[in-house]
Amino acid sequence: MSLELKFEETIAHDQRIEPRDWVPDAYRSTMVRMIAQHAHSEIIGMQPEGNWITRAPSLRRKAILLAKVQDEAGHGLYLYSAAETLGADRGELTEKLIAGKQKYSSIFNYPTLTFADVGVIGWLVDGAAICNQVPLCRSSYGPYARAMIRICKEESFHQRQGYELLMTMMRGTPEQREMVQEAVNRWWWPSLMMFGPPDADSSHTAQSMAWKVKRHTNDELRQRFVDMTVPQAEALGVTLPDPELKWNAARGHHDFGEIDWAEFKQVVSGNGPCNAQRVAHRKAAHDDGAWVREAAAAHARKIDERQRSAA
Amino acid sequence: MSFDNAYEAITEENDSRWAFGTGFEDPLSGVDTTVPSGVEGADLAAYCLMLGDDALIFSHRLQEWCTNAPELEDEVAIANIGLDLLGQARLLLARAGKAEGGDRGEDHYAFFRAEHEFRNVRLAELPRGDFGELIARLLVFSTWRLALFQRLTESRDPVLAAIAAKGVKELTYHRDYAAQWAVRLGDGTEYSRERITEGLASVWPYTDELFTPHPVELRLGEAGVAVDPSAARAEFDDVLGQVLRAATLDTPEAPAIPGVAGRAGRAGVHTEGMGYLLAELQSVARAHPEATW
Repeated sequence: MSLELKFEETIAHDQRIEPRDWVPDAYRSTMVRMIAQHAHSEIIGMQPEGNWITRAPSLRRKAILLAKVQDEAGHGLYLYSAAETLGADRGELTEKLIAGKQKYSSIFNYPTLTFADVGVIGWLVDGAAICNQVPLCRSSYGPYARAMIRICKEESFHQRQGYELLMTMMRGTPEQREMVQEAVNRWWWPSLMMFGPPDADSSHTAQSMAWKVKRHTNDELRQRFVDMTVPQAEALGVTLPDPELKWNAARGHHDFGEIDWAEFKQVVSGNGPCNAQRVAHRKAAHDDGAWVREAAAAHARKIDERQRSAA
Repeated sequence: MSFDNAYEAITEENDSRWAFGTGFEDPLSGVDTTVPSGVEGADLAAYCLMLGDDALIFSHRLQEWCTNAPELEDEVAIANIGLDLLGQARLLLARAGKAEGGDRGEDHYAFFRAEHEFRNVRLAELPRGDFGELIARLLVFSTWRLALFQRLTESRDPVLAAIAAKGVKELTYHRDYAAQWAVRLGDGTEYSRERITEGLASVWPYTDELFTPHPVELRLGEAGVAVDPSAARAEFDDVLGQVLRAATLDTPEAPAIPGVAGRAGRAGVHTEGMGYLLAELQSVARAHPEATW
């Protein structure tokens, strides 16, 4: 059996592709692109939430937030490792990120302006991420699918913690309730944009679905997110900022208004409120750390040489 | 929990599997917090604030490293150390509240005290420097604190003894992390050697303060509740000596930085950076004093 045929059979039988298996170059580059983009999102995503760690208004919230941002660094780590099983290199992927050659989720190009944003990001942004990621636990590429299982478990308690913060704030002072509503107003539409362009305009969806690296279309996942979120918003006592949002009994789904795709395109193409800031911050940390990484490598070489000359 | 339904877990009632739970929990709930016989509650509270503030304030400086670390492994490690210290601070501040006998909780002490009421050593509050400074400060801080906590596990206050026993495991890792990096930086490149040497030079003048006992520490030390920090100096010097030798570095020599009229961190006299740190730490809590979070 040819290598290509074996690859196609593995996919057809819903079996996992493993690092030792032959894959077509296009599959490899698609997977590296997807996984790297996801890893970059975890790392860039640390910034908007990290913005509130030192100001968190209770020690318990501070611990939760610091642990969450730490989890994101951990997610980045195992995703970069998954990409490395395909022959990519973490350092090179980071270089591509800071050179603007690889993308990350656009949602992180919006600013976090109040402490309520921490809760809303947990509820809506992590919620949307979970909708996107749960099907990836069945992705055809084994290392990615396994990383996603662990990540989804952690994301689901981040989401729960975010929602619980909002519940607490909604039971608090009028200013706190106002803060929550205002944050929901800012994050709702960008959250819907997290599912990517409408199916008609999505350049990667068809091939990714055929290879079973992706399991649902952007619009299917977006609809699912809206349907799940509406009752949670009601339970919370906040309004979602969309006058066209209503239950459609015939479809068995909520209808919702048109996303501002011009804004989406602008942010994706690099000109959102925080694109430049996020990448500059990542670049500064990477550049500032260069001497530390060099020192570690130099020390390892010295140890190696000493061991060899002693032997 | 089915994976296709992970999202729905949000509405589940079972709280126990969530890392921090979702209800408010007093860090000391269920613990007998009676003050040991022959000990003033106010003294015990002051002592807990000293150790608690050291952890809270240094944790704040570590939190400032978040998203700024040289490598992802260090991002995770520094956040981890910051979280451990924050956890120690929460237990100690809560212990202070119980020892005082009022209804003050951890958040009162963290967010609603004035600068002169903070009792941390000045080393903890120094503004964030580069990675060399971080490693130098973490090495000094964790070696000192581990030496104190090892002794504190014998405290007559069972609450303090338990907090110390938990902390010893954490601090052992913190010291190990710092020592490994000190060796890599000292015996790495010429530049890294320069950075760690400068880092050590900048924190060294604050080490004497770590071993200068406050009257409260002496009184409680006599009572078998606290540790007189001067008793930990020899161990500190020994450990630092070993690490610096392995790092091919000299022990820094620099005069101690005096306090003001003999008063420093333990007496509530801090450095200029402390006001900015507290302004940030306390900003949201103080803007909404009636709020619950």
